[in-house]
Amino acid sequence: MIKFDNITKSFEGKTVLHGISGIFEPGRANLIIGTSGTGKSVLLKCMVGLMKPDDGVVLYDGRDFTHATHFVQREIRRDIGMLFQGAALFDSMSVERNVMFPLDILTEMPKDEKLDRVNFILKRVGLENANNLMPSELSGGMKKRVGIARALVNNSKYLYCDEPNSGLDPQTSILIDSLIKEITEEFNITTVVVTHDMNSVMEIGDYIIYMYQGRKLWEGNKAEILDAEVPELHDFIYANKLVQALREEQDLKKNG
Amino acid sequence: MKGIGKYFIFLSRLFVKREPLKTYMKQIIDECVKIGIDSLVIVAIVSTFIGAVTCIQTAYNMVSPLIPDYVISVVVRDMTLLELAPTITAIVFAGKVGSNIAGELGTMKITEQIDALEVMGINSVSFLGLPKIVGAVFMFPMLVILAGFLAIMGGYFAGTLTGVITPQDYIYGLRADFIEFNVTFAMIKSVVFAFLVASISSYKGYSTSGGALEVGHASTSAVTNSCIAILTADYLLAELLL
Repeated sequence: MIKFDNITKSFEGKTVLHGISGIFEPGRANLIIGTSGTGKSVLLKCMVGLMKPDDGVVLYDGRDFTHATHFVQREIRRDIGMLFQGAALFDSMSVERNVMFPLDILTEMPKDEKLDRVNFILKRVGLENANNLMPSELSGGMKKRVGIARALVNNSKYLYCDEPNSGLDPQTSILIDSLIKEITEEFNITTVVVTHDMNSVMEIGDYIIYMYQGRKLWEGNKAEILDAEVPELHDFIYANKLVQALREEQDLKKNG
Repeated sequence: MKGIGKYFIFLSRLFVKREPLKTYMKQIIDECVKIGIDSLVIVAIVSTFIGAVTCIQTAYNMVSPLIPDYVISVVVRDMTLLELAPTITAIVFAGKVGSNIAGELGTMKITEQIDALEVMGINSVSFLGLPKIVGAVFMFPMLVILAGFLAIMGGYFAGTLTGVITPQDYIYGLRADFIEFNVTFAMIKSVVFAFLVASISSYKGYSTSGGALEVGHASTSAVTNSCIAILTADYLLAELLL
């Protein structure tokens, strides 16, 4: 479980996060949604330690991450996996070496065991024959799968995904969303997805936080979001024609 | 001044909170190959021609018949050891290796590969920068030794083939009044220059933000700043040690 309380962050006097709080439970896909420039990625960076919040605290299963010493932070970070927007694979390494990298650096595992683990996780993300491919030879969707495999190979307890669908076609986006959802449930990990893709929200949104101008305006799940009575969230949701059509269909059914 | 301060903070991060040394061994070997072996051809070409040109131009300037011919090779030897081999090779090194380091780290930065390392709990400054600096400090003195040898050989062939000096005079000049400390001085300079080029270029690459344009700027800036640092250090070392 990830608990974050009163996360505040400013840049050169401009506050971009105004005391955001919430709890992300394991075994479900937790989404942070909002328009571009609303502070989603800054919140994510504060949570994984790429930025230090000006105020507030992030707790991983009760362990204080924000104020911990370097060595404690390093221990907690070893339980964190992250899928970056562009996958952030190491260009000079093959798929196998990319996925094996956390095991090489962070563990003392024998080579055979590492290889077995890599093959298992690559198979799980549907890339069983891609070991020797280089990142430049992969499609966008494959890169994201390798990114997920690398994030999970060290038995991570917490998975962060920053815009997992950016740059992907709708069909591949659905596959990646489904994979994230399946893996979250299968390994009972705490998954946090930052997105502005309403299709993802409706597909995997077990718990959703809506952010607007650095503030948390709404929280709930995908079943509740269409009925949310927050004007900013309403505008955000119904900017998507598909969701608009879905809502109209629901209204028609309700009214007989 | 702010940039210099950030550079020193970057240097301090190289050595604190780093991974165990065994983590770096493979990378250090890779960097040695990349930095050393890949620079051999350019260093060989530049140093051979510099030696040849120094020999010809020294002969051209020695108009007095009172100065013996072997002085030409004395000048080639001392210029090579004291200045040309370490300094010109360092400038070439900054252009080739420095821009490469800055470009590589800059690209890693803007494509979030460095963030990926940090999220894993790895000190990315140390993990990426230290092997490059160690590789450069280890390999560059060898390149300077090679450059010195080839420059003197270049001078020999240029001088003897064009007839400005006999082979006997050239060899005699190389041995005349030889000061061993000049070799030590060249080695000290090479270690200092290698550290400056690798650390400045790593810093410039690491502090890149933005996109492809900024990576290009970082590479250019790495080369220009390295050259300025080399020339400043060159002067200071000459003042201190000679």
